[in-house]
Amino acid sequence: MSTAIYAGVTVDVNDEGFLERPEQWTREIAVELARADGIAELTDRHWQVIEFMRQEFFAKGTGPTVRALGKSSGVSVKELYQLFPKGPAKTAAHIAGIPKPKGCI
Amino acid sequence: MSSRIVILGAGTGGTLIANRLRRSLPADRASITVIDRDDRHVYQPGLLFVPFGLAHADDIVRPRSRQLHDGIDWVESAVERVETARDAVVLADGREVPYDVLIVATGAELAPEETEGLTGAGWGVSAFTFYDLPGASALAEALPLLDGGRLVVNIVDMPIKCPVAPLEFCFLADWFLRERGVRDAVELTLVTPLDGAFTKPVASAALGGLLEEKGVRLVTEFNTGEVAYGAGGRGGTITGYDGREQPFDLAAVIPAHGGAGYVLRSPGLGDALGFVPADPATLQSKAAPNVFAIGDASDLPVSKAGSVTHFEGEVLAGNVLRFLEGRPLDASYDGHANCFIETGFSKALLIDFNYDTEPLPGRFPGPAGLPLLKESRLNHLGKLMFQWFYWHTLLPGRDIPGIGAHMPTAGKHRPDGGPQTSTQKEDPTA
Repeated sequence: MSTAIYAGVTVDVNDEGFLERPEQWTREIAVELARADGIAELTDRHWQVIEFMRQEFFAKGTGPTVRALGKSSGVSVKELYQLFPKGPAKTAAHIAGIPKPKGCI
Repeated sequence: MSSRIVILGAGTGGTLIANRLRRSLPADRASITVIDRDDRHVYQPGLLFVPFGLAHADDIVRPRSRQLHDGIDWVESAVERVETARDAVVLADGREVPYDVLIVATGAELAPEETEGLTGAGWGVSAFTFYDLPGASALAEALPLLDGGRLVVNIVDMPIKCPVAPLEFCFLADWFLRERGVRDAVELTLVTPLDGAFTKPVASAALGGLLEEKGVRLVTEFNTGEVAYGAGGRGGTITGYDGREQPFDLAAVIPAHGGAGYVLRSPGLGDALGFVPADPATLQSKAAPNVFAIGDASDLPVSKAGSVTHFEGEVLAGNVLRFLEGRPLDASYDGHANCFIETGFSKALLIDFNYDTEPLPGRFPGPAGLPLLKESRLNHLGKLMFQWFYWHTLLPGRDIPGIGAHMPTAGKHRPDGGPQTSTQKEDPTA
C-alpha cells in the first residue's frame, strides 16, 4: 500500500490506484480521480452514478456490477458506457473512492 | 413440536436438500414441502450434448416429483412472492404456504430479452442458446446445416451457469465440424466479457492454450451491447458497448442470467439481479435468519454448477437441523467446485477448486486419482458416468464415496511451485 495526494489531501491507495479507505474520499478528490481516468468534467449524471456506488458500497460492502448499476442506479447500461467508456463499474468505483468490484466466477 | 420446512424449486438443489433433510428428520419433527412450477427436471449438464446429436431431449428429462423421496409433499405451482416478514410463500393463485424454515432453490433463469435486439427476427433462426432445452434442440437442427462462414459463441454477461460450458461448446463444435469435413470453411470464435478463457489464471492459461490448439479465436473483454439481424433473421452482427463488431452466420449465445422472477417481487429477498444474498460459509440468507439459499439461486461467489450445489447440500442440511435446534450454524462451506470439461474427440479435462484455491494441475481426489487440468479419456468417461451419479446419488442427497464437501489438496501442485492458496482474480467485466 502507498499514498497519493489528490486535491491537497494525502490518501491511501492500492497498487492500481484505488482508494484503500473510502472515508478519506471527498468530491474534490473525485474530480481529480476522474481526470486521471480521462473524464474532464463530471456531469450530474456522473455524480448520480458515483453517489449510488458509494451508497451501495456502504450498505453491502461491495460495489455493484454494470448490470446491477443499469437496473438500480437510474442510468441505463448504454449511458453508463457513454459516461465511463473504459468500463463503468471499475471506473466509477475508482472515482467514487471504493474498492474495485470483487471477482466473478 | 413439528416444524414446517418449505423448499422453493425442485431442481438439483431443492431435490437433494429435501431428500437429505427427510432422511435426517423423522416425520413427526418436520414436514417438508417442495414447490415448483412444473414437473420436468432437466439434467442440465446434458444440454451441452444436444446440439451435436450426442443427447436427445428424452434422455435428459425426468419428472421432478419422482426424484423426491416418500414423506415429502409436492406442490406444482408457480410462486408469486415470498413475504419474509410474516414467514409465508404466496403462490400464483393466491394460496399461502406458511413456513418455519424456507430454502430458496429456484436456480438462475435466462434473460435474453435484456440484450437489445437479441430476441428479434433471428432468434431461433440464426442465433440460439443451448442453455435451455428448446434452444439446444433447435440448435441441433441448425448446426448440421452450417457448411461455412462464421460461428460465434457469445457470453453476454457474467455470472452464468457452468462457466466452462461455452468452452466445451467450442471444443465440441470444433470436433463436430471436423467430423463433417467443413472445419476449414468455418471461423469459430468465442466472444467473452472475461479477460481470458476462464475466470482463474492457471486454468485460464491451460484452456486458452486448448482453444488456440483447436483454432478457436478468442475475443476478450467484449461487453455485448446489441444484436442486429440480417434479412429474414439470417445472420447478423453482435456489437459491443465499445463499438467492436462480431458478424456471425450462426451464433450460440449464452444470455444474461438472473434469479427466478418471484425473487424480485419478494421484499428484501434478492439483489438487483434476483439472486439471494447469503452467507458464503453457512448459506443463511441475509434477508432473514430462517431463510437459506442453495445452488444457482444464491449470490455466492462460486460457479453456478451442480457440483457446487451438491457440496453445499451437506453443509446446508446440517445447518437447517442446527437452526431448528437453536444451535449455532456451521460455517464450513469452502466454495468447493468440481467440473469435467468436455474437450471433444472423447476426451475431457477435470478441474477442482474452492474460494481460496484456483483450479490446479495434479490428480483428484488424491495422488492416484483422475488427472486434473489435463485432457484424458478417463475424464470423458467420468463426465458420461456423472449422469448416472446425478440421478442415483446427487439427487437422492447421498455423498459420492471418497469425495467430501471440502476441497482436497493432496495430489495437487502449483505449476510455479508456489503456495496452493491464491487470491481471487479481479472481475474484468466490472
